[in-house]
Parts: sequence; C-alpha cells; structure tokens
Amino acid sequence: MTEAAAVAAESLAGSKARAARTVLGQVVLPGEELLLPEQEDVEGPGNAGERPLRLNAGVRSRVRVVCGPGLRRCGDRLLVTKCGRLRHKEPSGGSSGGGGVYWVDSQQKRYVPVKGDHVIGIVTAKSGDIFKVDVGGSEPASLSYLAFEGATKRNRPNVQVGDLIYGQFVVANKDMEPEMVCIDSCGRANGMGVIGQDGLLFKVTLGLIRKLLAPNCEILQELGKLYPLEIVFGMNGRIWVKAKTIQQTLILANVLEACEHMTADQRKQIFSRLAES
Amino acid sequence: MAAERKTKLSKNLLRMKFMQRGLDSETKKQLEEEEKKIISEEHWYLDLPELKEKESFIIEEQSFLLCEDLLYGRMSFRGFNPEVEKLMIQMNSKNKAEEVEDETVELDVSDEEMARRYETLVGTIGKKFVKKRDRANYEEDENGDVQPVKTKKMFLKPQD
Repeated sequence: MTEAAAVAAESLAGSKARAARTVLGQVVLPGEELLLPEQEDVEGPGNAGERPLRLNAGVRSRVRVVCGPGLRRCGDRLLVTKCGRLRHKEPSGGSSGGGGVYWVDSQQKRYVPVKGDHVIGIVTAKSGDIFKVDVGGSEPASLSYLAFEGATKRNRPNVQVGDLIYGQFVVANKDMEPEMVCIDSCGRANGMGVIGQDGLLFKVTLGLIRKLLAPNCEILQELGKLYPLEIVFGMNGRIWVKAKTIQQTLILANVLEACEHMTADQRKQIFSRLAES
Repeated sequence: MAAERKTKLSKNLLRMKFMQRGLDSETKKQLEEEEKKIISEEHWYLDLPELKEKESFIIEEQSFLLCEDLLYGRMSFRGFNPEVEKLMIQMNSKNKAEEVEDETVELDVSDEEMARRYETLVGTIGKKFVKKRDRANYEEDENGDVQPVKTKKMFLKPQD
C-alpha cells in the first residue's frame, strides 16, 4: 500500500511513465506512457539498492498483453492515444494472452471504423457492384452486393438508397476505405442486412452504446418490460428503435437519449412513471 | 563430323525444346546453371540490412468487443419480433454457454412425479407383454389394478 502511494507521488511529481497497474480506473491523457507489470521492476520506480534481489533477474517473464482502444504500441512502449479512464480485464483463459487486456474508456462522438464492429449504416449510393454506406466515419464504407445472405450474381439483394443496413466491418484500417459485409464467415445473415421498415434512428455517444450493450444492463432490462419493442445498436453510436405506436417509439428514444447522465434512482423514477401511464 | 556439329550449335539453339532430347546430362546442367545466373542477375533488390522485428509481447486490438464482452446489438422484447428474439438468445448465449446448459437440465416432470404416475401403470403395461392365453391369469384386485397370479409352471414328477 505504501509502495503504491509512493509510486503515485513520484508519477505526479515528474513526467515519468506511470505503471499501468497503479493507474487503473484513473484518467490517462494522450501522449502518456504506461509501464506494464513486467517492465516496472526494470525501469520503474525504486532505486537499485532498494530492489529485492532476484534469482532470475535477467529473465523477464514475457507475458502477452493486449492493448485495446485508446492505447498504442510503439516498439516496446505502451502509449496512450485517447483521454479517459484506464481499464483492465484479467485474462479469461482464452486467446487474449496471459497479461489481460488494457484499454481506455473514453467519451467520444466521432466513430472510427474498427474491424469486427457491428454498425448501422445508411445506403447513400448504388454504383455497379457496390453500395456506398454512410457509417459516420471519415469516409463512407463500401458494401458489395454479394455480401448478403443468399445473394448471387443473378439474385441481387433488394437494397435501395436510403435503406438502413446493419453490418459488420471486414476491412477497417486508417489507410484504406472501410468495407462492410452483411454475412458472417459461414455465409449466414445472423440478423445482419437491411433493417425493416419504419422505426426511428437517432445518434448517441459511443460511450452510451457500450454502456447499454454491457451484459446485465439495467436500462435495457427495464425498457424491455415497458413495451414490446425492437431495437438495434450500432457501435457507431446509432440506435434504431421501433415499437407498436409512434408515441411509444418516441418515448423510448427520449428515454435512451436521456439515460446517459441519469443516476440509477432517477432512472427508476422515470420508468415507474412510464409504467403507470 | 559429329563432334564438329556439337561445337557449332549455338547455346540459344540448344536451349530450344526439341533440342533437349538429344543433349547429354552435362551440357544440360551447364545450360541450366547459365539460365539461373541470367535470372538472378536480372533480379534487383534493395541493398539494405535485413529487417528484423523483435517479437512483441504487446498485441494491438482496436475493438471494444473483446474488452467489454458486449452483447449482440439486435434485440427484441416481449415478442415484438420473434425472429430477433430467438437470434438474441442464440448470439448472447455464446458467451455464457455454461449457464444455458444448466437451464436445460431442469426437467419438466420431476422423478418423483414420474414414479407416482408409473406406479399405476405397472399392471397395465405388464399386461401388454403377456400372451392372450395367460391373460386369464391376471386378476383385477379391488383397486382395479391388474396383477399377475403367481402360478409358476413346474415339472411335476410323476408318482409311481
């Protein structure tokens, strides 16, 4: 405990790299450098005299660490590229590696396409074999007409300009045009494709989408009890809702937009009021 | 005469396909080597030291999906769109397959209930497996249950 306090004091005093473990849940700023647990004892705080002797001092355990959104690898260093709270997840025995995952939980409105993300796009143009889809990124994504379930060269999908598309990115990097598909690797739609008629599309912050999609999200469970509804979340900050009547749809949209900055008690009040009416 | 002809033939001619049959192995090898030399000379490359990337123990991953275990983005509640509802269960159960398995183990009929029900059926079903001739041996007791009369046929020793 005292050691942790000392680390914090030192990192505040100088502009030295902070250890990732000690700033979990704290705000990190772009440009900051973080030290991973296995780098700490080498470059980290503590004088050489104080450091306990180790039998295998030369051998550093090389644990694989995944750096998520908001962090960037620069050689052997870990740099912060977004402003927000540093988060960490312990490895779950999967392929993520032994050191777990670090990422920055940031607030932003601008979406940057990421491979594998499910997003809601609007078809803006139809040109030959591809559709241009606006996903809110810096560039419209391309979507091949063959990337729909059951589509063949002869059997084109019925997609019009202005339709809403729920799809997944297969190509998304900073140098290339993002590419979407509406099928998974097995060729099945799995809910992707054109989103049905009617409904309401609106935009929220990217943080809210993640909050709503988190497992055991109270807001969604409460909403589900309110009315029969269908809802689609795009990781690009777009939400599409549809309920039985326009009035209900509007209520849902307003609740979803407002619930970002409400406390749990305030939410409960609103939901109970809505349930009564 | 033959030796003279061999020396006279040009390399380009010897390289032609129809000439290959008559060549002996040595000249063939020589030709191949020369060809390789020509090819390698024509290749050009950057005169740079070989790039060696150290194996990194930091992996970059720009998706929140991996970090936060997010749910599937399509949802339907209270039967608005049954298709999506089915899909929702399917997609979200991938993360927690174990929980789902536990739920399926729950039975519709408990073992006790089943035992109670089959208690009354023992006789009726037992009847099914006897021959018509033996059916007379079954007697209905006061409960209406059918029970087999125990008359085991045995070899009777003839008395002298």
